[in-house]
Amino acid sequence: MPKYYWEDFVAGQVAEYGAYEVSADEIKAFATEFDPQPMHLDEEAARASIVGGLCASGWHSCAIMMRIIADGFVLDSASMGATGCPEVKWIAPVRPGDRLRVRVKVLDRRVSKSRPEMGFVNARFDMLNAADLPVMTVTTHMMLERRPTDGAGEPTGAT
Amino acid sequence: MRYFEDMRVGERTELGSHTFTADEIEAFARRYDPQRFHIDEGEAARSHFGALCASGWHTTAVYMRHFVDFERREAERMRAAGETPAKAGPSPGLRDLRWLRPVYAGDTISFAREVKELRDVANRPGWGLTVALNTGTNQNGEVVVSFVGAKFAEKRAKP
Repeated sequence: MPKYYWEDFVAGQVAEYGAYEVSADEIKAFATEFDPQPMHLDEEAARASIVGGLCASGWHSCAIMMRIIADGFVLDSASMGATGCPEVKWIAPVRPGDRLRVRVKVLDRRVSKSRPEMGFVNARFDMLNAADLPVMTVTTHMMLERRPTDGAGEPTGAT
Repeated sequence: MRYFEDMRVGERTELGSHTFTADEIEAFARRYDPQRFHIDEGEAARSHFGALCASGWHTTAVYMRHFVDFERREAERMRAAGETPAKAGPSPGLRDLRWLRPVYAGDTISFAREVKELRDVANRPGWGLTVALNTGTNQNGEVVVSFVGAKFAEKRAKP
């Protein structure tokens, strides 16, 4: 049974998840498969590039953010996925050895008009490095099931 | 990479297509987005998606591979013509990312890119900003993903 349903996400809530440590090998492996640009593949070529050193693909940062929030709360929730992201900002390079956390802020929510058994939660995800500096900001529309009314999905230990 | 001056507003590029297998959908998801409908065919069949489908971040990562491969082909063409290709530029982010339909195992997605805007950037002399609408369309002609991405492109040196 999921622990969290749509009802458990309230505007203004803030929580933090992670940390996730990124290695040079992981940066290169992701880039080799999905984003084979010099600044993500090779230290020397990266030093000569505009970003000045090896850094993760922005799409890799998105995937890491997803893993952090999956382990943080999504896998314990009645998640139905997401319809998209109004904004993704790559603010600073993600470097080998960075320890990343994701700060989640619930912005607002609404029940689906066409499917009242589900609802949308708009949230903002700030991915922060060990120095607490944001490396990426994402706003997203998550879809979640609403809590069943037969009591089957009642949280344990909650009032 | 092509130079900023080589691009035109309105140009549309077909980037190629990719068939998503169940194995690669599950492999990406186990690493970065292990929600039940991305990693287990049985669970996915019981979910609202009805069948195994790719993480949205997997779909966008595969888009990126097609875009980078296109730019690498362009760079090869330039080298063959005796020109030095432009350096790869970073991306500040994207907006309006929409996962419009699931990408199911076995779906073939064709990616395309249309340049919407070319602008000078005050704080980065020698570089311009390319804004493009990127889409993925399945074998039934349905758009499954779209987003408006931005990327810095190197300008040609002034003689």
